[in-house]
Amino acid sequence: MVLASKSVAMSRTMFTRSLYQLQNLSRSNGLSLHSSSTNFKHAVLAAFQPLLHSRPYANNPQPAASASSVDQAELAKFAAIAESWWDAEGPFKPLHVMNPTRLTFIRSTLCRHFGKDPFSARPFEGLKFIDVGCGGGILSEPLARMGASVTGIDAVEKNIKIAQVHADLDPVASSIEYRCTTAENLVEEQMKFDAVIALEVIEHVANPDGFCKSLSALTKPHGATIISTINRSMRAYATAIVAAEYILHWLPKGTHQWSSFLTPEELVLTLQRASISVEEMAGFAYDPLTGQWSLTDDISVNFIAFGIKNSE
Amino acid sequence: MVCLCYAKEKEVPLSLSCSIVRGDMSRFIATRRLASNIFVSKSATRTFCNDAPSKLNDVPHGSQFNKELEDEQGFTNDIPQYDIAIVGGGMVGMALACSLASMPLTKQLSIAIIDSNPALTNGSSIKKDDPPDPRVSTVTPATISLFKGIGAWQYVEQHRHAYFDRMQVWDYTGFGYTRYNARDADKDVLGCVVENKVLHKSLLSCLQIHLTDGNKTEQNKDFKKTIYPTRLSSMSLPTRSSVSAAGASQSKSLANLAKLELSDGTNLYAKLVVSFNVGADGSKSHVRELAGIKTTGWNYSQSAVICTVEHSAENFCAWQRFLPAGPIALLPIGDNFSNIVWTMSPKEASNHKIMSEDDFVKAVNHALDFGYGPHPESQVFGSGVLSSFFRPDVTSSANEGFELPPKVVKVASQRMAFPLSLMHANQYASKRVVLIGDAAHTVHPLAGQGVNMGYGDAASLSNVIADGVAVGSDIGTWHGSYVQVTLLKKYEADRKTANITMMAVLDGFQKAYSVDFGPLNILRAAAFNGANVFAPLKKNIISYASGERRLPFLS
Repeated sequence: MVLASKSVAMSRTMFTRSLYQLQNLSRSNGLSLHSSSTNFKHAVLAAFQPLLHSRPYANNPQPAASASSVDQAELAKFAAIAESWWDAEGPFKPLHVMNPTRLTFIRSTLCRHFGKDPFSARPFEGLKFIDVGCGGGILSEPLARMGASVTGIDAVEKNIKIAQVHADLDPVASSIEYRCTTAENLVEEQMKFDAVIALEVIEHVANPDGFCKSLSALTKPHGATIISTINRSMRAYATAIVAAEYILHWLPKGTHQWSSFLTPEELVLTLQRASISVEEMAGFAYDPLTGQWSLTDDISVNFIAFGIKNSE
Repeated sequence: MVCLCYAKEKEVPLSLSCSIVRGDMSRFIATRRLASNIFVSKSATRTFCNDAPSKLNDVPHGSQFNKELEDEQGFTNDIPQYDIAIVGGGMVGMALACSLASMPLTKQLSIAIIDSNPALTNGSSIKKDDPPDPRVSTVTPATISLFKGIGAWQYVEQHRHAYFDRMQVWDYTGFGYTRYNARDADKDVLGCVVENKVLHKSLLSCLQIHLTDGNKTEQNKDFKKTIYPTRLSSMSLPTRSSVSAAGASQSKSLANLAKLELSDGTNLYAKLVVSFNVGADGSKSHVRELAGIKTTGWNYSQSAVICTVEHSAENFCAWQRFLPAGPIALLPIGDNFSNIVWTMSPKEASNHKIMSEDDFVKAVNHALDFGYGPHPESQVFGSGVLSSFFRPDVTSSANEGFELPPKVVKVASQRMAFPLSLMHANQYASKRVVLIGDAAHTVHPLAGQGVNMGYGDAASLSNVIADGVAVGSDIGTWHGSYVQVTLLKKYEADRKTANITMMAVLDGFQKAYSVDFGPLNILRAAAFNGANVFAPLKKNIISYASGERRLPFLS
């Protein structure tokens, strides 16, 4: 792999940067960071979502704090951040806007795979899902409402706290088990899940091969794996790097490393080596006029893949 | 345009000024708050269906969270929690409940309907021999398919209803007229006139069937609907500070919901509050005021007089004539009855309300015949040539001559008068609150579109909620979820354009006819004749008025 040595160093600097942004968020109660952003800016931010929350392989995992050891002042601070994480009109708006589209793909592929009724309100009842790189829990909560028993993991402890505080607002979501850990640690614990979901994570991982092997190890035989990322295409370079970093200065230069993006072919091969066969793929298209995302056949920028673990 | 109708359900003055409402309400709330503190133990919750007793205690697995709350966090059933609270169990509110109950993704939602109308709970039936109620709706084909979709149309058909496939619109100047025929737009009917109480009863029966089915089959077991026969007295919505202030996690999850206080002292929580209208207490949308949603609108300094009249033979056509003071419409309602909706100045309206029945019959016949001006000529502006040019089709209604509506022989109901206004809410959705129907918009009744706009809202909102359930959204969350932006806003975006367009068209009509000025009269007549003979335009007008979302002039 051309990118391996480079991206280890890169991801460390990116992690420091994202931590800085998070601190910024907490200082300003999350109101000032991107409050004047336009829709299009949000769209670009959506592409960089993981920079702001999930960095499972860039740092040593921190031990997850137990709920009882949290002091009230800290809790209040995280509650303030949690609200901006979850403020649908706030800086994370693009994630909220993109989320239903990602969930539509997840719902339809997993309902088909597990033979569940797509017209049921809670089709995933009885299934165990893991959300790798869960951030503030934007994906974990809807999955829990669809009936799945969800484990959300993130290497950034702050994100886990934010997710926990927010989940307390909805009794259904409070069943989610949030842990500050990495996929590797769970592999060591021999955890197994019906579906392993890692959205917008793999492009920030030092060793995609190892990451996919861990995801595969977490998946039960004949279980499902869903991964979304950004394509290493000219269009992705133009929109996500040149436009966002160098022309519009929405993000600091060097935020994203084009060479660490994976093409759909590479992703399929990487997953194949991890004994997961990709069954379905779709692209996400952003319409700047309506501000909405939709599923398309065009996988040249953002895309999502659904694969099945070989039963060996 | 088309025919007109009185789309209101309750006899509510339509132009109640907002300042009066606010003043009255704050006092009302203050007293009610006090009352609810005193009577908080008196919990008067009545279940909806007699053969399904005590729905409240029968916690369905769809509302599992209620149970979890009780079990894990020591909560009692004192304050019930619902997914959706519908404030105002009128036609549109009931249509929303039925629509949600009929869709697989939303049928498990727990719904509270808050309305003090006794018809919701007493199960009274409609007597077939009674003369028709003057409060009727002209439902468009789009609304009919909504009713068929939720399974309520079969009940409408068991009662009195009148389909019509022809319509004649003309004005008092004698220059022009338009006849619409369903076959111009390749349709069977232009619409159906149904009494509001029949529509309401049919939706109620439909909801009851869902309930009874729910007891029989495992699949629908989780269907949970409760009717609170009372009124909303106050509502508190979650704010950042209230959620942050709530300490423990269970009170936090409650602080994140809308809390409703009812006038009988009952309290309940809901994830989403839908307001149709409250109606009976005169404050038009209590919820809208409480949510701080502003409105735009004006009064028309016009009133409508409505009543049921009898002919000597059955009427099958909808008639509308524009008079100097406003339009008069005669709608078939079945048997030998028709419905009158007559718009005039408020002073004249009160005169027409109190005058003797004989005088009123004379006035109606005069207004629909030679009153105020001559009959239009059947062939003006060379319409014959034009029609054969644009559509050389002998069946076209353009070849139908002007006809006189049937004579009215008798008044068959009491006469009612109500002022007219236009109102549009600046927002349809806000924190955990969404407005549908009359709470979001009232229009001039001249084309009978008001209630159809409301049904369109109900259909759109239930689809949006189903979409939300499909992707695991917390319905109605504002701080915290994307539902607000992408789902409730989707509803708003979907309906606002449709409703504003319709309002503009109707308001334009009203304005065009509020001036009696020679050249304008001729222009109007030319427009009439153009609409009468130009088949594509006519087809578009009919499609638009039928509820197909296409602008009549832009397609």
